[in-house]
Amino acid sequence: MAPASTLLKRSLISSLFIVFGQSSFAQTAADDIAKYREMIADGNPAELYEMSGEELWKKPAGPKSATLEKCDLGLGPGVVDGAAAVLPKYFKDTNRVQDLESRLMTCMDKLQGIPSQGIIDAKFGVGPKKDMDAIVAYIVTHSKGKKINVSTAHPKEKEMYDMGKRAFFFESGPFDFSCASCHGATSKRIRLQDLPNLTTQDGAALGWGYWPAYRVSSGQFWTMQQRLNDCFRQQRFPFPIYGSDVTIALSMYMAKNANGGIIQTPGLKR
Amino acid sequence: MKTLMMTSTKYFFSLLLGCSALAMSVNVYAQQKADPQFEKMMKNSFRAEGIAGLDRIDQDATQKFCSDPKFSSSKAGAAKAIEIQTINMATIKQPSDGKYVGDWKGGEAIAQSGRGATWTDSSTTPVGGGCYNCHEIDKKEISYGNIGPSLWNYGKNRGNSQEVMVYTWNRINNSKAYNACSNMPRFAHFKLLNEKQIQDLMALLLDPQSPVNQ
Repeated sequence: MAPASTLLKRSLISSLFIVFGQSSFAQTAADDIAKYREMIADGNPAELYEMSGEELWKKPAGPKSATLEKCDLGLGPGVVDGAAAVLPKYFKDTNRVQDLESRLMTCMDKLQGIPSQGIIDAKFGVGPKKDMDAIVAYIVTHSKGKKINVSTAHPKEKEMYDMGKRAFFFESGPFDFSCASCHGATSKRIRLQDLPNLTTQDGAALGWGYWPAYRVSSGQFWTMQQRLNDCFRQQRFPFPIYGSDVTIALSMYMAKNANGGIIQTPGLKR
Repeated sequence: MKTLMMTSTKYFFSLLLGCSALAMSVNVYAQQKADPQFEKMMKNSFRAEGIAGLDRIDQDATQKFCSDPKFSSSKAGAAKAIEIQTINMATIKQPSDGKYVGDWKGGEAIAQSGRGATWTDSSTTPVGGGCYNCHEIDKKEISYGNIGPSLWNYGKNRGNSQEVMVYTWNRINNSKAYNACSNMPRFAHFKLLNEKQIQDLMALLLDPQSPVNQ
């Protein structure tokens, strides 16, 4: 494992040098990133998270000293392959619609005896959230290439979708921003950053299908929960609580709109 | 005869009622009603962090109206939009010293900065105008967004008549006075920029010396 990761780092650094070292002003940032993505397609740094996530999945932990291997992510206990492609979905045992992160918290609580509050309150990228990031990376890697296939057949799923749609257009705060301010029209940019139109199937597939992702600019792996959190920060909203219904509703809205698109997670982002 | 008339009158009224019900369901949208379940979700899903308090999800009339694109783009919505624009126009104050145009260099710095007012900022973090996030302004800056129109040669194309001055001033102060659901923040209304900063942005757009007008 050590030589593999060293090799990965070395190839990463050299490809970073090549791409950004030669970047010309005529090129758009999107071109640069596409090129960069291509070059390290076989070595997304998210792989390091994925490897440690697989270990965490199989390692006994918590007061109950149990693994997560019996966790039901929606396709039955222990089924990881393709699980992220059908989330968010309704779960009978919690009587809630859950996304990947909130479902994992349920499993950690029930199987391992780890209370969710500590995970919810932790800062992004450290402690229990860092473990969560790794497990998320492991799960979503096992849906790469699968078709997004989210259901709104259950009344609670339909209800969540409708609330997500309403939340998407909910304009507030000192800047009057909603999600739609940036993601409600096609071919728009903030500075040079392309903005997917999340109200269309194509755009939603680009957004939902590429997160969670490794962010080159921050050198971090970001789950969808963290992506949404930073959107709300820039919207000048208050802080969305980790795993709260508004985050799940918006995920439901994006995922359902994206249905049929191909999952590319873990993505690679600016 | 009387009975027949009564019957036909009844028939006529029921027809009328039926028609108006149909018209209402086809043409006339009303603004979406408050949904207690949605409100509960919003209330329970956020917490205050730093300067970003929970009052930031309390909407004013403009925000409520613009959160409902189906209504705001309808015929009934068009009438309501004028009402919203009037409310916003009434909030605009003309410059206290009568000066519309400040220093374009200061304006360029404000246009460049997209910082401020997030929960990772403090109350003393200067808020930027974030103008380049959405507008092309000085062509030398190639990193610009396209949510708003290009402002290159803004003054050169429009001149600097009193009319243009007042319109531009008003638009920066509160864009919703002209377009109820404009994507542009209401910079004066929410005290994001002060009078001097807006004068400087005016100069960036209107001063013949500004790089924007070359």
